[in-house]
Amino acid sequence: MNADRALSRRGFAAGLLWLGLGGARALAQGFAGLGGEAAGFAAVTPGRKFMFPDDFGAHPDFRIEWWYVTANLRDADGVAYGVQWTLFRQAMAPGPQREGWDNQQVWMGHAAVTSAATHRFAETFARGGVGQAGVIAAPFEAWIDAWRMAALPPLSNAAFAPLRLQAAGEGFGYDLRLDAERPLVLQGEGGYSRKSERGQASYYYSQPYFTATGHITLDGRTVAVSGPAWLDREWSSQPLAADQTGWDWLSLHLDGGDKVMLFRLRQADGGHYFAGNWIGSDGRSVALASNAIAMTPLGFTEVAGRRVPTQWRVAVASRGLAVDAAPLNPRSFMATSFPYWEGPIVVHGSHDGVGYLEMTGYRDAG
Amino acid sequence: MRRALWVLAVLLSHWRRHPLQLATLLVGLIAATALWSGVQALNQQARLSYDRAAALFGGARTAMLIDPAHATFTQAAFVALRRAGWPVSPVLEGRVEVGGRSLRLIGVEPVTLPPETAAGPAVGRDDLHAFVAPPGRTLAAPETLRDLGLTAGATPRIDQSAELPPLQPQPHLAPGVLVVDIGVAQRVLGKPGQVSRLLVGNTTRSARELPESVAGTRLRWVAPDSETDLARLTDSFHLNLTAFGLLSFLVGLFIVNSAIGLAFEQRRSTLRTLRACGVSARLLNVVVVIELVSIALVGGLVGLVCGYVIAAALLPDVAASLRGLYGARLPGTLSLRPQWWFAGIAMSVLGALAAAGASLIRMARLPLLAAAQPDAWRRAQRRWLLRQGALAAVMLIAAVGVLIFGDSLLAGFAVLAALLLAAALALPVALDGALQLAARGARGALPAWFWADSRQQLPGLSLALMALLLALAVNVGVGTMVRSFSVTFARWLDGRLAADIYVSAANDTQAIEIRRWLAARTDIDAVLPGARTEIRIGGAPVEITGVADHATYRDNWPLLRATADGWDRLHQGDAAFVSEQLSRRLHLDVGDRLRISGGWSVDVVGVYADYGNPKGQIAVGVDALSRHFPETPQTRFGLRVAPEHLAGVMAALREAFHLDARQLADQATVKAESKRIFNRTFAVTAALNTFTLGVAGVALLTSLLTLSGSRLPQLAPLWAIGLTRRRLAAIELMKTMVVAFVTALLALPLGLLVAWCLIAVVNVKAFGWRLPFQVFPAQLLELLGIAMLAALLATLWPVFKLARMQPATLIRIFANER
Repeated sequence: MNADRALSRRGFAAGLLWLGLGGARALAQGFAGLGGEAAGFAAVTPGRKFMFPDDFGAHPDFRIEWWYVTANLRDADGVAYGVQWTLFRQAMAPGPQREGWDNQQVWMGHAAVTSAATHRFAETFARGGVGQAGVIAAPFEAWIDAWRMAALPPLSNAAFAPLRLQAAGEGFGYDLRLDAERPLVLQGEGGYSRKSERGQASYYYSQPYFTATGHITLDGRTVAVSGPAWLDREWSSQPLAADQTGWDWLSLHLDGGDKVMLFRLRQADGGHYFAGNWIGSDGRSVALASNAIAMTPLGFTEVAGRRVPTQWRVAVASRGLAVDAAPLNPRSFMATSFPYWEGPIVVHGSHDGVGYLEMTGYRDAG
Repeated sequence: MRRALWVLAVLLSHWRRHPLQLATLLVGLIAATALWSGVQALNQQARLSYDRAAALFGGARTAMLIDPAHATFTQAAFVALRRAGWPVSPVLEGRVEVGGRSLRLIGVEPVTLPPETAAGPAVGRDDLHAFVAPPGRTLAAPETLRDLGLTAGATPRIDQSAELPPLQPQPHLAPGVLVVDIGVAQRVLGKPGQVSRLLVGNTTRSARELPESVAGTRLRWVAPDSETDLARLTDSFHLNLTAFGLLSFLVGLFIVNSAIGLAFEQRRSTLRTLRACGVSARLLNVVVVIELVSIALVGGLVGLVCGYVIAAALLPDVAASLRGLYGARLPGTLSLRPQWWFAGIAMSVLGALAAAGASLIRMARLPLLAAAQPDAWRRAQRRWLLRQGALAAVMLIAAVGVLIFGDSLLAGFAVLAALLLAAALALPVALDGALQLAARGARGALPAWFWADSRQQLPGLSLALMALLLALAVNVGVGTMVRSFSVTFARWLDGRLAADIYVSAANDTQAIEIRRWLAARTDIDAVLPGARTEIRIGGAPVEITGVADHATYRDNWPLLRATADGWDRLHQGDAAFVSEQLSRRLHLDVGDRLRISGGWSVDVVGVYADYGNPKGQIAVGVDALSRHFPETPQTRFGLRVAPEHLAGVMAALREAFHLDARQLADQATVKAESKRIFNRTFAVTAALNTFTLGVAGVALLTSLLTLSGSRLPQLAPLWAIGLTRRRLAAIELMKTMVVAFVTALLALPLGLLVAWCLIAVVNVKAFGWRLPFQVFPAQLLELLGIAMLAALLATLWPVFKLARMQPATLIRIFANER
């Protein structure tokens, strides 16, 4: 395994499509199948040339794909909020795209707004082919129901900005503008994200330099907010190994301008696998050595009947990073069809900063 | 504890000596529990299947959006609303023919289907992939598969052109329904990109926030019903059954009451002896209650089994009526919930305790050493009669009050219940009055004694006589109502089914071919095109039927009232007739204006009878209907054919177009079928009616048995002064027959009153139509005869016993003065 197992995090999340729609049995079968041959789906091979705006859009020949935005926001009084916007696509079958209801794509959206006291979220599902959900490369628009992420012309193809991000659910809503000066970051080898163990890989690029401004609404109160945001774009056909029970993933916006992504994969045998990327202020993404990363749970929260480690000590020896991460709201639980914890965090220590933490696979309390 | 067991053993020994009494008690309990729980089982079964039908993708439980002007609309409206944040899910519905059977095909979109529309049981989430991905699945109830003679995995053909996805049994589905993915439904029904309705999931938004027009379609919000269409339509039917069940239960309790009264009477000395032996009153009471509850449990259990048998026997009739009347499909087998068993047992035990209440209280107060009390019955009886009379008056006033102020089906039944109760309570008063009157005319000691003794017997007999009165009155009432309906219905059928042959083509193309074929023939007198579509007015479904401009209709259509130029206006297109049901529901009458759809309003120029149709109906000119609803299939028509050509035309049509019995029928067949449905509807009523009368007869018998024992002290002196036992028996028989006759006579006017209530109040509320009230004297005489026969049968045995009684027994009365 190498650092590019970042795919696993979102890959598992994309599996939500089957978790949500198919139930646990389908998940087991689905992932047993997904772990093996991706028969009929397009293969991920090195040396792909990324073309924008084409690659903003969907790649339906690949099995799974997602558009994933998280933002750490503050209002004028300095009160902190977090925002999540996610669109997943999964193909039920390979082959040419079929028309109308016969279309084999299934879409899922997750959206959330978090404050220190409140966490509101929603999910929605759609089938492709009829227009309820989809992604158009140019002029860029990704949508499911009334949730959308769309270009605000003129769009810079290099920075994938500016964008407008909207979603609303029961008790929450947001309408944000995402701006970025720096270009997109291609992860791995020019966007080819390898998984060394089984030769699995994904195409993966990010925009960690977004600045979000706009309004959020939480329980009927609307406030103006701004702050850093992070976009992940990834697609693949072979996402996940069968022996993983869950993961702990975090992204950090450090005050010095560096961006960090780290995760710990928990394996069925009790072992952990660490990986991560350090994106320097020069915009270069460098994979971190597995043995250089340490992630230690410090405190747990019981939420939705599960015991989830919401306080962490995080260290990357090679970069001199040693911080304690604390959640803005320890109860940022996404009680969606496939439940997981996802919410904004604050870090203090060798570096200060904010970020997002995502944890899956924690079952019963204790 | 030991002592209690001993006391119990002593008490139980009574039943060993009087097995018949035990049998009577058990029969009462069993009859009460069986009829009540049988009816409950039927109702429960029916409701369960309505829920299944309703749970089907927002039958009526979910708010939905429809296009009032068209049967279907573009799915672009679905996408537009989703993208505006509305949690809607599309449904396309139509009918398909599989193996000659017409089935409801429902296309759903499982991914957006709101979970609260109870889709869960219908499309299991585990099966979603198989359901959506080609070839997909056709979900159907196991009954439907059985009906079609197909097994899981089969891919039935429909209309020679399309094939359905593999069948998969789904126990939660209603029979007669096929569920497929919406994409499959659009293909199979030939409606690409079209939906019938959008289900609205849980949302805080309301109808007011809906845009005026969505994707070029003006949608209307249909608020969810708390009840399903079927539940509402069939409510009256089930209320009918429940009312009968309750009546039978009460009559059964009369038996229990008299059996327990008898046992108490006979065990009085035993109880006194037990008390004298040192058994405390409390222990005695507890043991008696335990004994009663045990017997009630046994009776209740047997009653439940009998109830199950009754329900199973009646189910085919009930199912047929519900299907014929309301199109509601019931599965052919009973499935009972545990609650049903518990409720049945509880009813039995509580009923037994209630029926035994009076005896228990009397026993609890039993003085240890009561002297033989010279009967001060006269004064006591006068008080009792006064109380009964006062209660009856109160009930009567209540009945009149509800009749005036009530305006619902329940109120209708309340009137009936109050009326029956008032009559039952007034019965002893009336009988007492009648007997008193007769006594005045009596000459001689024996006749005077005869009448006086009859009066004295009243309190003991009154419960049984009340049961007889109620059973008879309800029989008269229901009988009169059914006969009135039957006569009216037959006349109405003649009017409505005026054409000689009815044809329903498979599609418009075939309809055109058939009409061309008909036009070329010389043996057809007229072709009467008809068309039918359905809209919703005020949230409820309303049929619009197109009527051809032909003398057949003008001469026969069963108009209740209309303007003189009604038919001419109808065919001009700006006027309509409405069915009686719709006229009552919407408070429409001749001269009013009715908006049918967006741009089409009509004057109401007539009201017609439309019996048996649970939906409201509007009749318009067939041309106007096709003009305003162009997509209405033009596939139905009636033919006028001279009788001698009838068979030939039928055969030729069947031959030329391969029409089956569903598509081609002659008038006689349709009429026979309608009458058959009608008769089955009332078969259940008739069966319950007979049961009730039978139970009333048993009640009378047990009462007389009770009396014959306790009245020996009164008869013994007469025997002692020289009246023969035979003579005494004849007098006893005479007395019972006289009071039974007076009761039956009283039951007749009461029954007619019940019939009037059923016709003028209950029917109108339940079905929306009012029948002409007719009296059938022969039927009344017949019932009177049956009642007297029942009374005679019930009296014979006690009287026979008296006639054959050993003189020693009579002598012992004097020795054993209690």
